[in-house]
Amino acid sequence: MSAKNYNDLAHAHAHGDANPHAIGHHGEEAHGSLRDYVIGFVLSVVLTAIPFWLVMSGAIADKTTTALVIAAFAVVQIIVHMVYFLHMNGKAEGGWNMLALIFTGVVVLIVISGSMWVMYHMNANMMPMHAEQMD
Amino acid sequence: MTAVPLPATAPPQWSPLLGRISLEQLPFLHEPIVAATFAGVVLGGIALVGALTYFRLWGYLWKEWFTSVDHKKIGIMYMILGLVMFMRGFADAIMMRLQQAIAFNGSEGYLNAHHYDQVFTAHGVIMIFFAAMPFVTGLMNYVVPLQIGARDVSFPFLNNFSFWMTTGGAVLVMASLFLGEFGQTGWLAFPPLSGRAYSPGVGVDYYIWSLQVAGVGTTLSGINLIATIIKMRAPGMTLMRMPVFTWTALCTNVLIVASFPVLTAVLVLLSLDRYVGTNFFTNDFGGSPMMYVNMIWIWGHPEVYILILPIFGVFSEVTSTFSGKRLFGYTSMVYATVVITILSYLVWLHHFFTMGSGASVNSFFGITTMIISIPTGAKLFNWLFTMYRGRIRFDLPMMWTVAFMLTFTIGGMTGVLLAVPPADFVLHNSLFLIAHFHNVIIGGVVFGVFAAINYWWPKAFGFKLNQFWGKVSFWCWVPGFWIAFTPLYIMGLMGVTRRTRVFDDPSLQPFFVVALLGAVLIAAGIGAMVLQYGVSIWKREELKDESGDPWHGRTLEWATSSPPPAYNFAFTPIVHDLDAWEDMKRAGVGRPLDGYRPIHMPSNTGAGVILAGISTVLGFGLIWHIWWLAGISFVGLIASAIIHTFNYKRDYHIPAEDVAAVEAQRTAQLERLGQTQGAAA
Repeated sequence: MSAKNYNDLAHAHAHGDANPHAIGHHGEEAHGSLRDYVIGFVLSVVLTAIPFWLVMSGAIADKTTTALVIAAFAVVQIIVHMVYFLHMNGKAEGGWNMLALIFTGVVVLIVISGSMWVMYHMNANMMPMHAEQMD
Repeated sequence: MTAVPLPATAPPQWSPLLGRISLEQLPFLHEPIVAATFAGVVLGGIALVGALTYFRLWGYLWKEWFTSVDHKKIGIMYMILGLVMFMRGFADAIMMRLQQAIAFNGSEGYLNAHHYDQVFTAHGVIMIFFAAMPFVTGLMNYVVPLQIGARDVSFPFLNNFSFWMTTGGAVLVMASLFLGEFGQTGWLAFPPLSGRAYSPGVGVDYYIWSLQVAGVGTTLSGINLIATIIKMRAPGMTLMRMPVFTWTALCTNVLIVASFPVLTAVLVLLSLDRYVGTNFFTNDFGGSPMMYVNMIWIWGHPEVYILILPIFGVFSEVTSTFSGKRLFGYTSMVYATVVITILSYLVWLHHFFTMGSGASVNSFFGITTMIISIPTGAKLFNWLFTMYRGRIRFDLPMMWTVAFMLTFTIGGMTGVLLAVPPADFVLHNSLFLIAHFHNVIIGGVVFGVFAAINYWWPKAFGFKLNQFWGKVSFWCWVPGFWIAFTPLYIMGLMGVTRRTRVFDDPSLQPFFVVALLGAVLIAAGIGAMVLQYGVSIWKREELKDESGDPWHGRTLEWATSSPPPAYNFAFTPIVHDLDAWEDMKRAGVGRPLDGYRPIHMPSNTGAGVILAGISTVLGFGLIWHIWWLAGISFVGLIASAIIHTFNYKRDYHIPAEDVAAVEAQRTAQLERLGQTQGAAA
């Protein structure tokens, strides 16, 4: 009585698992080569060593500049981890990884910049004695 | 630098063995109300344990429910947890209404300040974290895998673990009733009041650790459901063919995963202030309590959308099913949901307009708040247009939906009113605010949960709910809500503040008496609801639904038998259209009657109960400063988690013959009804 069969048997096996992550299943995405891991490791060691050196040697006289430079290194470090250790790129998981990353970026941006904006105004309006109180 | 003098409270006693526990920490020894409750709980508990033992149900519960990784059973357990905690939260509510109705003309009422402050704090915490969240998570757990044609969630064990972590948090909250105290800070525990200087007792620690334990469960279940929806949809179900409920579930879980870490982090910082004496949120030493308020609302605002979005999904399913029409504006519904998801991150400051950010910041957040009402309004019009020229059947789920539309719209409008910063300066912290958010949470989330329970109950248990008691409940709840909260709107406009225990102005008393009557009517509605469940279970043979599709549903969950078999679908359905089941019925698709294959399924495991149990003990040790207990349970927690990774008995196959037997029963059942249609299930 049915013109088309919605329950395609060929699919029954491919989707036969209640849990696609169960034992025996194989992920399609590559899990990175030794080369990737080595590059990532070396980069993160270097990116960690430089900020340490900056602080310990006092190479930059201005503390604010040092802090900003270290923050910049931290951001690069995050990207290195994502690319070399988490194997993120535009194609992984059919683009979902990238979408998730963009969403996370947007939320983090909103949260951090929003909080700084809000707290700056709070501070300016509500704590006028702030500068004197803080030795 | 000026130090604020600390209140003159003696530091609590501490002993190495019992931490801060002492006889003084047993409130039922000196508070008659707590003593009576305690006696009731003890007697009820003994009766329950005795009954379970007498009927030899422990083994059944352990094997079939507590250790189950079946998303359907976990979903039902979430709903039961939500229902139990809802009763507790409601008990707090009616206590507050009674206190406020009698505390006039010099009367102190019947609750002292210490008790009353705990009651309003516990009410908020329980209703949001342990009633509404389990309801919403339970619905998503039960319905989403069925709607997308999957056999379970992506990580079935994690699902069980998440449930028990949420339960562990609930256990800690309940323990605070009889051992020690709960926070007296309001449901978000703003510092400096929640800092150790002003809350030296265990109340805020109960608050912190119950939320931290439950928060792990919530976050993990969010990750689980995102993975399920993205990776496990039936072939052919593209994103724009997903049922709206699944769409809203996806967006809600994205919100959970993105926002709960903020709550966790801010509570960690508060714990550091309380446990090791840091000064993140203290008044002195550079601490900023305002930062806590800012951060907790960055979580708190998405949280309200976490609660309401899946409920919007419920109303979409119900409206289209009971109007017998495809949902009007499916695409706009999806986009509205996504837009709300993003915008919910841009409005948090409207919760503290009056803290002093100034005009520029306030206007930005006021405007974003008004903007977020636009997609919500679009949704309402979509539902109305779905009903327009539909053949509407006013069964209980549809009645709750109409009540929602009327109630929620007014709640939304008072919300836009509060979004105007100058108006908020007048109305903030008043009963107007209380009336507003109860208007959207009861009128939205609670009514939606009732619609969902009435709608999906036949799917879960194979029989419909009794109509009569359902209608009694409905007609008590809806007018009850308005009678309870309209006086609060009026008093809020007159400037009456929230969380007040005793009143000086006797002219307010009639309003509070009316509000109490409304609460009593709601209590009757809850009673009728319990009766409805009881009567329906009693008369389940008369209410039986064998078709599996009692409402002429449109989505895949109605393609299965009721209740669905453990494996949901013998063959994964192929989806060709939005409203896949409706499409199959129209095309006259037959159920395949042979060719069954063994089905790969996850095994039950007790690891979730064990891990969550140890986490709860860890929380308990930390609350009471019983360091040896905390240390042992922490080590035990890590060890148990590692041991669980060596459990290789994680899956099994349901033999093809067993599948064939179950399906043959289903075929016989459908033949009795004269139907041959149905997806393989």
